[in-house]
Amino acid sequence: MKKRPNYNLILGCIIAGLTVGMIIVGIFWTPYEPTAMSGGEKLDAPSLRHLLGTDNFGRDIFSRVLEGARSTMLIAAAVVAIGASVGTVVGAFTGYFGGRVDAVLMRFNDMLAAFPSILLALVLISLLGSGKTNVIIALGILFIPSYARIVRAEFARQAELDYVKSARLMGAGHLRIMFVHILPNAAPVLLSSIAIGFNNAVLAEASMSYLSIGVQPPDASLGRMLSDSQTYLLSAPWYAIGTGAAIVLLILGFGLISEGLGDSRRA
Amino acid sequence: MKARKPLSLLLAAALLAAVFCGCGNSTTTSTGSAADTGTADSTDGASEQTETVLTGEPTYGGEIVVGIAQDLDDSLDPHSMTAAGTREVLFNVFEGLVKPDTDGNLIPAVASSYVIAETGDTFTFTLREGVKFHDGSTVTVGDIVYSISRAAGLDTGEPLISALSVIDSVTAADDSTVVITTSEPYIELLAYLTAAIIPEGSDPAEDMIGTGPFVFVSRVAQDSIVLEKFDDYWGEGAYLDKVTYKIMEDSTSLIMSLQSGAIDLCAHLTASQAAELSGFTIYEGTMNLVQALYLNNASGPLADVRVRQAICYAIDSQEIMDFVSDGMGVAIGTAMIAAFGKYTVDGLEDTYAADTEKAKELLTEAGYPDGFELEITVPSNYQFHIDTAEVMVEQLSRVGINATIKLVEWATWLSDVYADRNYEATVVGFDASALTASALLARYVSTSSKNTFNFSSEAYDAAYAAAEAATDEAEQTELYKECETILAEEAASAYVQDPCDLVAMNSELAGYEFYPLYAMDMSKVYYVG
Amino acid sequence: MIGFLKKLGAVLVTLLVISLLAFLAFQIIPGDPTAKLLGTEYTPERAEALRESLGLNGSAAARYLSWLGGFVRGDFGTSYSYNQPVAELLSGKIVTTATLSLIAFLMTIIISIPTALLAARRAGGVLDRLLLGGGQVLMSIPPFFTGIIFTWIFGLVLNMFTVGKFVYIYESFWGFVGYLLLPALAIALPKGAMTAKLLRSSLVSEQSRDYVRTAISRGHSPRSALRSHVLRNALLPTITFLAMTLADIVAGSIIIEQVFSIPGLGRMLIASISNRDYPVVQAITVMIAALVVIVNFLADTLCRIIDPRVRLK
Repeated sequence: MKKRPNYNLILGCIIAGLTVGMIIVGIFWTPYEPTAMSGGEKLDAPSLRHLLGTDNFGRDIFSRVLEGARSTMLIAAAVVAIGASVGTVVGAFTGYFGGRVDAVLMRFNDMLAAFPSILLALVLISLLGSGKTNVIIALGILFIPSYARIVRAEFARQAELDYVKSARLMGAGHLRIMFVHILPNAAPVLLSSIAIGFNNAVLAEASMSYLSIGVQPPDASLGRMLSDSQTYLLSAPWYAIGTGAAIVLLILGFGLISEGLGDSRRA
Repeated sequence: MKARKPLSLLLAAALLAAVFCGCGNSTTTSTGSAADTGTADSTDGASEQTETVLTGEPTYGGEIVVGIAQDLDDSLDPHSMTAAGTREVLFNVFEGLVKPDTDGNLIPAVASSYVIAETGDTFTFTLREGVKFHDGSTVTVGDIVYSISRAAGLDTGEPLISALSVIDSVTAADDSTVVITTSEPYIELLAYLTAAIIPEGSDPAEDMIGTGPFVFVSRVAQDSIVLEKFDDYWGEGAYLDKVTYKIMEDSTSLIMSLQSGAIDLCAHLTASQAAELSGFTIYEGTMNLVQALYLNNASGPLADVRVRQAICYAIDSQEIMDFVSDGMGVAIGTAMIAAFGKYTVDGLEDTYAADTEKAKELLTEAGYPDGFELEITVPSNYQFHIDTAEVMVEQLSRVGINATIKLVEWATWLSDVYADRNYEATVVGFDASALTASALLARYVSTSSKNTFNFSSEAYDAAYAAAEAATDEAEQTELYKECETILAEEAASAYVQDPCDLVAMNSELAGYEFYPLYAMDMSKVYYVG
Repeated sequence: MIGFLKKLGAVLVTLLVISLLAFLAFQIIPGDPTAKLLGTEYTPERAEALRESLGLNGSAAARYLSWLGGFVRGDFGTSYSYNQPVAELLSGKIVTTATLSLIAFLMTIIISIPTALLAARRAGGVLDRLLLGGGQVLMSIPPFFTGIIFTWIFGLVLNMFTVGKFVYIYESFWGFVGYLLLPALAIALPKGAMTAKLLRSSLVSEQSRDYVRTAISRGHSPRSALRSHVLRNALLPTITFLAMTLADIVAGSIIIEQVFSIPGLGRMLIASISNRDYPVVQAITVMIAALVVIVNFLADTLCRIIDPRVRLK
């Protein structure tokens, strides 16, 4: 079969690159101060002055979207970092050693997976209280099982392979085998699930903030902005559209990357 | 949960004052009508209409749908309901011995007249003849004794309405007379005898039977409450045959439903919501709420009066109103609502006219030249207060105070902020649960269990105690005004506004009237003939 | 048969554990139902009296057991906030949420199967790649954003429905369904795209199997081979996936109900959590959990019926 360029990966990198690039620029410079209110410019339509218009406080929506996207992205990154690292350790041990602990943990895992995550998030947030840090902790915890499952399967598979057996024969310790020998080989699987996980985290954070149980003002959050914008849907539809489009772009970029990584693994 | 309702305000208003004491008024007897002159001007500025109102002939009949922006997630027991939104609806179903009128006076209802003994501790009520309950039975003195005893917790020792705890006994002197005695002179008790009269032995949580102009028909949680006209009402009955309260927690839906005609009337709209409507009669009044940046006077820098004053100088009420309500609302400078005109101290709202320089000076003087960190706790279900807090954060940053907003659930707010006083600053609105100044002022007494602000001033305590003990009404009013002035001078909190209350009504309807309390009187609304 | 019973036992145990976890979670959540109920009339004494009358004072174990006992008998308790039996409170809302989920689920299937078949017919072709790309975009749009856009376009711009209005099933069945179509579509679009992608890739990998080539060489047209042989085998992983999707759809309806202000279980759940109305939360949690677990169980059983090989595993 002739090798086709990996469109998904390329397009994904372009979109993600652009959004992340804009977010990075937004750290140093935004057209307006995201929190600066302007009484005379409430709910202005998009124009050259305000690319995405203004909100009900006369704040520049584009600047706020940049800030919101940054906070959403950081939260998603932190969530994936917690989920993937803890999940990898748990998955590595259970997958490599197997046995009773493995069986119990996986049964528990199945149970959690069967349960709508938004419901768990609601309960966790009620426990911890809302706010940025707590959202990260709550979602981080929720993301552990899926990574544990993926890593466990991969480790269980690899543990049976010859290179592991020979490493064991050569006297390598369990930890060394797990994290020096197997982990690099499990990396491709992990990598593409990290990209998917990032998307799920973006979506989860946005949903929670939309339900007002996530990030709280004045911290900007795309979900919260979308929820606020709904009040003004009739008179200022651009508020909702601009904010929503930012979420879509963020998710689309990383979705395509994950897809592309999958393609290249299969090829 | 979704939080962008104007009615949000309302529930914040669930902060009922309901407090002890404050005896006073004249200890003379008043019979028939309680329209004492002192309260005649009490609705100044409370209601004005921004559009011409049709004033055709009232017609009887018809039904309307009233939109309410907050679920009534309350028990519908009129003695133990706490949410202002619930009180507003049940105002139409239940009545007390007396009830408030639109001017803020107490007028006889189930009682036809009353006499207050000169000692101020004995209240004699004469039962109005022929008052019927919704189940068709006639109200007897037994029903009154049962109702008041229940609300005052005479049998259980647990008053359902805490202001009634001063009641010693409720007895039926004869078939048409009920005598209430209190443990100490307490003229203002009358304001709390608006407590619902229900049939003897009944549990209003089970069957909702009152004497009001409307009969409770049904309730579906998070959806609707239906009332129908009570034909045997003792007074001028309602015009409308049926009122359906429709719960619309989403602001967009609310506005769309109004626009499409699915809803005929909606109160507590914000300026931006009202701006999206056309073809409606818009009434403008005030919410009867004291909205402020409430400060925990015992917390860190806030213990210093100069810091509190600096915050007051930093907060610009007019700017807040411009942002959150298109400039509407009444700026206030102390803990008194606009509709209690009798107690208004002119000029208090200008005590701290916005002044950034002055604020910085005071902060420097107090030892905080670079400002400090301030955490503002706001209940997450009240978008109006959240919006206000967001503007405040901006204003405080101008004087170097780095304020942050912490949103908490209402339940958490009630236990952490209100009950445990574990907060630095909070934005909410307090309302008066009864037609007395003490309903708003009692919570500032340093020993009050409802002094959420940890406000402590000997001068205030003395003035308030004097007001309580005053026997002359004019003197009492003056003392209450002194209390208000002390609150302003001591910068107990940064008082902002009594927010505007916009009511949109289908233009075929007329008759809506504002009360200085939480009440949405449906009996006066009619279709124009 | 023994395997079936064993599975059934596991389902019951899972439900029991979930109800216990839900119960425990609400033992440690801060905030007390009495604080909400008493509002600013809160005093420690009144709170204590109320706790007593709500039966909140017994030991946690005793309360859980009495709740469980009631639940088994069909008595879900009484809502603290509304002072109404939970069963009565929720009955109408269950119908709404269940109908919404069901419509969304059917839409997911209707969207995904034809699309997947269409795409798989010429894997790698233009149509395939277009559909894949479109699917990727659809998957990137959060349902609540789709919902907002629908509200704007169909409700506000085109005036095709009244935003915020809702028709109850007892008022008009078709009106009721009508009001649920757009919300259901908002949920179904991304789910349909995901299912289609999964089904397509199993179709493509099945197509390259020997038995398909054999079938084609025997004179079956590729299309009929696709329909009669490949689809059946490719459906297996899809059914398992759909079962999981149904759980997601129910969860997704929680948010969508908020967007379209539909009076369903989701809004009730969110309000009840913030009111600390435990009996309601407990009932909803266990019901959703039961639904998820039972659907997974059915999917599992269905897979065994379709493919006897699964039974051997």
